[in-house]
Amino acid sequence: MALRAVSGEDLAAAVNQEFPGAVVDFDEVSAWVRPTRINAVAGFLKDSPDHDFQFLNSVSAVDYVEYFDLVYHLTSLKQQSSAVFKARIFGRDNLRAPSVYSVWRGADFQEREIWDLMGIHFEGHPNMKRIMLWEGFEGHPLRKDFL
Amino acid sequence: MTIRTEPMTVNVGPQHPSTHGVFRVRITFDGEDIVEVEPVFGYLHRGTEKLAEERNYVQVVTLTDRLDYTSSMINNQAYCLAVEKLLGVEPPPRAKYLRTLTAELQRIASHLIAVGFFVQELGAFGTPLMYGFRSRERILELFEMLCGARITVSYMRPGGVFADAPRDFWPALNRFLDDFAEEFVEMEQLLLENEILMVRTRGVSPIPPEIAINNSVSGPVLRASGVNWDWRKQEPYDAYDQVEFDVPIGSNWDNYDRFWVRFQEVHQSIRIIKQCIAQIEPGPVRLDLPLVLRPEAGREAYGRVEASKGELAFYLVSDGGISPYRCKIRSPSLINLTVIEHLLVGWKLADMIVSLGSIDINMGEVDR
Repeated sequence: MALRAVSGEDLAAAVNQEFPGAVVDFDEVSAWVRPTRINAVAGFLKDSPDHDFQFLNSVSAVDYVEYFDLVYHLTSLKQQSSAVFKARIFGRDNLRAPSVYSVWRGADFQEREIWDLMGIHFEGHPNMKRIMLWEGFEGHPLRKDFL
Repeated sequence: MTIRTEPMTVNVGPQHPSTHGVFRVRITFDGEDIVEVEPVFGYLHRGTEKLAEERNYVQVVTLTDRLDYTSSMINNQAYCLAVEKLLGVEPPPRAKYLRTLTAELQRIASHLIAVGFFVQELGAFGTPLMYGFRSRERILELFEMLCGARITVSYMRPGGVFADAPRDFWPALNRFLDDFAEEFVEMEQLLLENEILMVRTRGVSPIPPEIAINNSVSGPVLRASGVNWDWRKQEPYDAYDQVEFDVPIGSNWDNYDRFWVRFQEVHQSIRIIKQCIAQIEPGPVRLDLPLVLRPEAGREAYGRVEASKGELAFYLVSDGGISPYRCKIRSPSLINLTVIEHLLVGWKLADMIVSLGSIDINMGEVDR
């Protein structure tokens, strides 16, 4: 009774149908969406009965030096399926992304952690402050250039 | 007559004995009622994710022991599964059974602590906790036979386990199972239908299933909220597809159900262990992998297990080097705490510590 993993291609097709042009790229396991559309795509994937991704497993950020990838792992308890979508954010200073707090409350601490350790500010998060380190700490330690 | 009260903010922790470590929470009370909750983390933050980027794939196993130090075996398992996914390999069958078996022993040990402290926080000082610790000690001795360590085990490796169980492990395990059957019944009789415990916990702080799911709650807390979801069933790893067990589900979603679900899970763990003992066959316990692993560049893996606290996952990204490019830890304790506001606000001061105990957090994992 293993979980069905929605392929990046299928996910990209479904998202593109709802929001034309929202998908930038896809591979076998995941689809990249435009950072500005994260919230809309999240709401669509959660609420549309075909997808029903009610459960957000995790939000991660990966520092690739030229850009950051935000990675969202999702699970649908009803459909018994899982999916991954990502968003690529270029640059290193003043990074911003829309928060999915209003869609999945479970993103709360994870988004705060990404702000704290990776330095991506989530807009629309009601309590966007550092979580592990103290206010006034300089830099974001999980970045590759933090030594 | 109503008495006018003023809201008052109180700091609980980080040195409070009932917060399971160094958890701190700022609570605003109106009289006895909780009106606002703000958890504060970070007192045990050691930067495990950053440290993992500096060590090679096998060395990171030792870091995982120190996440949730009451279930190190399961942490090892989650990490090793992630690395195996990254490499595209599978451990030999005997290793799978050994992992399943030790993970279930660890789950029993962790749940014994969880229910022991839960009852301690209700005011039953010492006795029930020591009942749990008595059996847990035996489990730690079994781990010592396997790998020489009790808490920081590092028993598993990508591609299997560190070494096969010594010959006298199996009789010792059987002796433990025989004794534990009695000890656990004793504990159940003492606690499960204890009148005081039921009056204090029935109907207190229920978490409805839709709120639990929206808050990404997992593990016994999610199941106590009536959601039938166990990763051992949904996405069987290691030998879980070879064994039979049930998933206990709560019906009232309250503190008592969260307590009750853990008791039932211990029974299921014993069932799994017995099946593992019956099914395990001789054979190699570790794949012949190079000492320094170099997964293909650009690959990523999300390895998850049903840990004693919930869904524990490692999200690994490889750049072809000898250490993970990124090692994100999805820790169940931290994410289960998202629900704390729903759990506490509107309830009384006296139930606060008990409700906190019912979600069974471990600070090593919350702060990482």
